[in-house]
Amino acid sequence: MATAAEIEKQAEAREIRTRWYLSAPALIIILLAASGPLLIVLLYSFLTPGPYGDVQWKFSTEGWVSVFLERDIFDDTLSFASAHLTIFWRSLKLALMATVATLVFGFPTAYFIATRSERTRDIWLFLITIPFWTNLLIRTFAVLQVIRNEGLINTALINLGIIDQPIQMLYTDFAIMVGMVYVYLPLMVLPLYASMEKLDFRLVEAGYDLYATRWQVLKRIIFPLVRPGVVAGSILVFIPAIGAYVTPSVLGGGKNMMFANLIELQFGQGRNWPLGAALSITVMAIVMMALLVYVRNTAGSEVRHG
Amino acid sequence: MAKRFSIRQQTGFTTIACACFFLLYLPIAVLVIFAFNESSSVSDWGGFSLRWFVAAWSNQQVVDASWRSLKIASSAAIIATIAATMAALATTRTRTYRGLTFKYAFINQPLMVPEIVTGVALLIFFAQIKIASGYNGLGYLIAAHTAFCIPFAYLPIRARLENMDLTLERAAADLYATPWKAFRRVTLPLLWPGIIAGLMLAFVISLDDVVITEFVKSGGQDTLPTYMLGQIRRGITPEVNAISTVFLLLSVVIVTLFFFLSRKRD
Repeated sequence: MATAAEIEKQAEAREIRTRWYLSAPALIIILLAASGPLLIVLLYSFLTPGPYGDVQWKFSTEGWVSVFLERDIFDDTLSFASAHLTIFWRSLKLALMATVATLVFGFPTAYFIATRSERTRDIWLFLITIPFWTNLLIRTFAVLQVIRNEGLINTALINLGIIDQPIQMLYTDFAIMVGMVYVYLPLMVLPLYASMEKLDFRLVEAGYDLYATRWQVLKRIIFPLVRPGVVAGSILVFIPAIGAYVTPSVLGGGKNMMFANLIELQFGQGRNWPLGAALSITVMAIVMMALLVYVRNTAGSEVRHG
Repeated sequence: MAKRFSIRQQTGFTTIACACFFLLYLPIAVLVIFAFNESSSVSDWGGFSLRWFVAAWSNQQVVDASWRSLKIASSAAIIATIAATMAALATTRTRTYRGLTFKYAFINQPLMVPEIVTGVALLIFFAQIKIASGYNGLGYLIAAHTAFCIPFAYLPIRARLENMDLTLERAAADLYATPWKAFRRVTLPLLWPGIIAGLMLAFVISLDDVVITEFVKSGGQDTLPTYMLGQIRRGITPEVNAISTVFLLLSVVIVTLFFFLSRKRD
């Protein structure tokens, strides 16, 4: 005879089994069309490029070597692949600058929303959410139209007599950065708002009572309290920015490539799939490091972001 | 009179915030205005006209790409929402069990990897399957879209479930409802707003995708966003503005619905 405890144990095991069956479809779809193929990328990075794209099934570390180095076609010596390093540096620099810029603009914006009255707060929040869910390509295209030589900014400046010749903004690093700040700003504002909403203004009041200046209150009280939001927002902006594809292809033209464009090139005209695979793993490693920083920074804090 | 001192005020913050809101909408406004331009320029105003909307509407490529986008987005959103609902039921309202954290991480995994990497991975993987099976249809795009839509559909459904306690389901069980009946007549009606919200999010996310689609699509499988990307790279006519305007309108309608749906529960 089974004891009551055993029966209960069996029931629990059955329930857990049901829960696995229930989650199976989602897990299998993600395994087949998202997670699993990532392992194949790792495998491909160690193969030999085929003559017309794809790969030959022969082990090679050449893909990884050419991430950083290039082989001289005449004497086979290795030197730093300066073209690649320029692109890595540009990607990192632009992603970090975009993160800082979205923080500089996003922090006051989130604070502004969080300090509105209950009712108007929803409207402001809605105004931030709309761009967040509208097509990224369309928003990038909108930036393109404003900053091009015949665009709104240049036309206005010429008509005002400030400049004679249009300023070339499009197809520069500056254009990519402006575009990224524009499209990723909501990603910074939303988590910042989530932590500011919970801000206890009695602490701010206490600060003023103790003769703190506005700047001191901001730096010593508000900023430390909303730090989890700052970290979350920075990560949310940095990750898509380092892998950005649409923004640099539309606003950077052909010359100002970022990581993603370099990867695309290897699968297109470059016909070097192993190098493309190795570059993809490199981007992923950078993203994983960023996530690790995030986990380290939020460990122990109970703040959750929706 | 001096302005009253407010502890909530920070110097310059309101100005920056208002500038942000203004700059956020200015480019979109310019884009929409020039969609109605009579001339073929996107910087000189030549009078009001709907000719670019007509041009887009009679462009077979645009019509085909739009249908394809809608087909992919609705299939992917529906499959993703069903899978996400089941997964949400399996991962909420339970004591922690072995594998629960793994499930969370796995379901959210598509959000952690840059799109370009997933795109490349699927390009490689599907290229092999295409050769092996000879099938070249929209199935690959639907599968790819379904995978990255699952975490988005999962989010609101899980949030909704976590706010529901098990009392009503227990009451149903006490009244001899079978588990299936209790689910259909009690859980599902309560969960419905979350499911609809998840479905809409997934639909918008799929509709917007450029990068993964660009890598997975076979020849002649342009969706509206990849078609537009090609056009923008070639040079711009207000036709793209017109398409964007319609697209924006659709997104805004869906987001507005979503916003009110998820507000309601508070």
